[in-house]
Order: sequence, then structure tokens, then C-alpha cells
Amino acid sequence: MGKKNTFLSVIVFLFFTVVAILILIPFLAILIASFKDGTDMIRNGLNLKIELDKMSLDNFKLLFSGAEEARKYFMWYKNSLILTLSQVALTLVVSAFVGYGFAAYDFKGKNALFICVLIIMSVPFEILMLPLYTQVGDMGISDTYAAIMMPFLAHASTIFFFKQYLAGIPGEIIEAGRIDGASEYGIFARLILPVMKPSFAAMAILNAMNSWNNFLWPLLVLRTDTKYTLPIGLNTLLTPYGNNYDLLIVGSFCAILPIFILFLLFQKYFIEGMTAGAVKG
Amino acid sequence: MFKKFIYSRKIAPYVFILPFIITFLVFWIVPIAKSGLMSFQSIQFSDVEWIGLNNYKRLLGDSQFILAIKNSVRYMIGTLVLLIPFPMLFASLINSKIMKGKGFFKSVFFIPALTSVVVAGTVFRLIFGEMGSALMNQFIGIFGFEPIKWLKNDLTAYFALLTLACWRWTGVNILYFLSGLQSIPKELYESASIDGASAWKKFIKISAPMLKPTIIYVLTISIYAGLSMFVESYMLWEGKNSPKNIGLTIVGYLYNQGIRKNNMGYASAVGLVLLVIVMVINIAQLTATGTFKKEAR
Repeated sequence: MGKKNTFLSVIVFLFFTVVAILILIPFLAILIASFKDGTDMIRNGLNLKIELDKMSLDNFKLLFSGAEEARKYFMWYKNSLILTLSQVALTLVVSAFVGYGFAAYDFKGKNALFICVLIIMSVPFEILMLPLYTQVGDMGISDTYAAIMMPFLAHASTIFFFKQYLAGIPGEIIEAGRIDGASEYGIFARLILPVMKPSFAAMAILNAMNSWNNFLWPLLVLRTDTKYTLPIGLNTLLTPYGNNYDLLIVGSFCAILPIFILFLLFQKYFIEGMTAGAVKG
Repeated sequence: MFKKFIYSRKIAPYVFILPFIITFLVFWIVPIAKSGLMSFQSIQFSDVEWIGLNNYKRLLGDSQFILAIKNSVRYMIGTLVLLIPFPMLFASLINSKIMKGKGFFKSVFFIPALTSVVVAGTVFRLIFGEMGSALMNQFIGIFGFEPIKWLKNDLTAYFALLTLACWRWTGVNILYFLSGLQSIPKELYESASIDGASAWKKFIKISAPMLKPTIIYVLTISIYAGLSMFVESYMLWEGKNSPKNIGLTIVGYLYNQGIRKNNMGYASAVGLVLLVIVMVINIAQLTATGTFKKEAR
């Protein structure tokens, strides 16, 4: 590497370091704020001032104190965990089933239906939220987790991902299954699902992240505060009442943790899942 | 008999895609059809009245709706200008030989995308607080500026929204461009190097044109995301109306009419007009990228 390149390399490195610091500042701000009193934040906004005399572990103590608000917070946390886990499991199974149908067979109406998948994939949910909200009401399932999950179990972009993945699986596997006398569903369950394992990781993580952070749809569907998920619960803490803000910042901090840990462990799958649609060309 | 029917090879494909067909009918076709019906009605709780095209007529002269469109389009253009060229350049730098610590930067830039909009929006609302002690005001204070009421003025609020968007999505778009760059054959760069092309020339002559599919993809999702932005502005203004509606977006308007005012008839008309616009863009894009032909093959 020449002198000029070494110089450039240092400049680029410094530039990226500055950008990285800028990106991390909001996280640092929450971290610092989590040690300060909630009223300080209402009065002063978020900043990076470290004032040891104003800082304490009180907010964390409140979180684990068993106080009523804290108990609520853990209930939201539990709800989010349950909803995320069930939604991911069901979405993967249903979407893999459908994805296999599109990948393995030629049938009448296949193209038209697959174009419907592509269209659903790119129409923003926000445009459809009111019709969907009315529909869920008419079906009598508002305020349930079923209403949150059902419209998205046959999940268009997950179906698309699985279909692309399965296109690379040799047809001989299916033929061999048929010769052995397995039924069409037996082939899927016993021969195809095992080879799909690697593709499940990426979609599991992507769906988990979306479900954990999902805000707008649960906000429309849920009414009872014992059913709230974490984002909806945190949103109710925004009114500066009682010690809401004490809990809000510590709570936000803890809300990021599970996804952050997943990211540190399975970075490769995050990237694979996120960029899956981009390379379709 | 039924079992035999379900298990036959002709029927099996339809059983496999049945969950999708049901979802499509129950959560797409039926709701949209109902919404179409409602758009010709005035609905106040159980009071339903057929009013023909009045909702659509009202839409044309609704100044708030026009303001919402203006805000959303402006936001979308801002995100296109900031969230395509810069991530593309960053990705090229990360992908280049002179870059040290690629993996580290790639991860750090991606971290904001992991946060929920509730957390991210709240943090940015407090960073853009109007007090002198809020982070942004402290920052401009270094250069001798007076504190600004960021979220109460049109342009500064626009700036805050764009900052939030860039913070959350730069890393994701970098990943898209990186995966695009990695699919470009290395030989192209090697032969350009032999011809003595500079790094900038290689970027303009090789990377940029070869990235076209990625650019189209990022462009499309950015247009949709920009036009349908709502929760970001909902969080920045704590779920309330923004002063002089500076943060009102198209979807925000839909939410106000449908959920807050429970004016479902009019909101359905707004929603359907938007759906038609989105579908036109969508079908144009699918045609332009040749998806229809590809699938028909």
C-alpha cells in the first residue's frame, strides 16, 4: 500500500469514527438519563451531562421494586415476549407451507396469485390500517392477540423469501419422496422442512424484530392495559404523571436489550434477512 | 373420499397456498370492498347515511389534506436525497480496500434500526427539546446560537424528522448497497485498475451503473416509506396534533379522521385514493423491472 493510500485510509477511518460516535450518541443519552430523575428530563430534555450528584440507581430500583407501575412494566414485557414468540413460530410455519406451494408446483392461477404476494409485499400497512381495523372489529376479535397476528401469518415477504430459497432445492428430493410413497404433505414435513432450517434463522430474526417493535397495529387493536405490549405500554408512560418518566427511560433501555443481544449473537442472519428482497433484481 | 381429494397431486398445491388465499380474501379484498362501500357513506357511530360522492368532493377542497400531502411529499424527497447517495458512498468506502474495521462500522451503523419507533421517537423528541439544556440546543450553543424551539417551527421540525430518519435508516441502506456491491464481479475493478482508473472514476463508471437494481429497490421502498410515514411524527409530538400541523402526514390525517374523529366514511375515501396511488406506482414499478414477464415465464 502506497503512502497516499495509507493517508486516505486514515482519513476515511477518522470520518467513519466520527459518524459512528454521532450514531451512538442517542444511546449514550438514554444510558446517562437512566441514572437521573425523570423530572430532570422533563425540565431539561436529554443531554450528555454527567452530574454525579444528580445521578443514582433509583430508577433501576423502582423497576425491580414490585411497585404497581413496575409490575405493569413486567407484564407488558411478558406480553411482548409471548406475542413475539408465538407470532414468529406461526408465521414461519404458515409462510413456509405457502412458500413451498409456490416453489414446488405449477398450477392454474399461480402467476396471478404470486403477483398478489408481490403487491402485498410493497403496499405500506399504514394505507390499509383503517379497513383492517374495521374488519377486525366486524369479526369480533378486536382487543385480542389473534387480531394482531392473523392478518400477517401468511406473511408476504416471508413467503417470497422461502419461495426464492426453495427454488434452489433440487427437485430430486421431491421425486425421491414420491417414489418412496410419501404423500405431498409428508414430503413437505419430512424432507423439505429439514433442508429449510438455514433459511428459518434469517426470517425468524427479522420477524422477531418486527414483532417486538411493532407499534401502530397493536395500538389500534389493543384496548385493555393488561394486554398491552411493550411499545404500547411505554407509549402510555409519555404523560408526565407520577414517576412515569423514571420508568420510561429505564424501561426503554431494557426494551432494546433483547433485540440487541439477538443482534450481537446472530448478526449474519439479521443482514441476510434484511437484504433478501434487495437482490431480487 | 375427502382425504383422497385433499391428498391428490392436483389439489395439493392449492392446499399449500390456501392460508395465503384466505388471508388475501379476509384481510385484503373484503376490507377494501367494505371500505369502498363506506366511502360513499356518512358514518357517525350507528348512524349510516348514503351520501354518494360527497366524501370525494370534500377531499378535493380539504386544505388540511393538501397540507398533509405537501408534508409527506417533502419528507419523502428529503429522505431520497439523504438516504440514497450517502449510504451508497459509505457502502463503497466500507467495501474498498483502504477501509479498516469494516465489520465494526457496519454493525454500529445498523444498531439504530433495532430500536422501536417508540423509543427512538421519544429520545429524539427529548434531544430536540426546546430548553437550552437539551442536546441539540447545547450543540448549536457551542457556535453561539440561541436555543431553538425545534418542534414548533416548520423547517426545524422537518430537520428533526429527517435527522431521525437518517439515524435509523442509513445503516440499513448501507447494507442494501453492500450486498449490491458484493455481487459486482471483481474482474471489472481489476481491469479498470490496470487501465489506471482512479477510485472516483471506478465508482462512477463501474459501481454506480452496476448498482442500478439496488438503487431501484432502495428508491421504491424509500418512496413508500416516505409517503406512509406516520409513527415518527406521532412520537415526536407525543401523539398530539403538531402546532399548525407542521408534522401532519397523509397517514396521520387518515388516523385523525378514522380513529380520533371516528369519521370512517370520509377516512375510507381518503384511504382508497391513497391505495389507488400506491397501486399505480407499484404496478408501474413491477412492469418497469420486468417482474410480470419474469413470473409469466
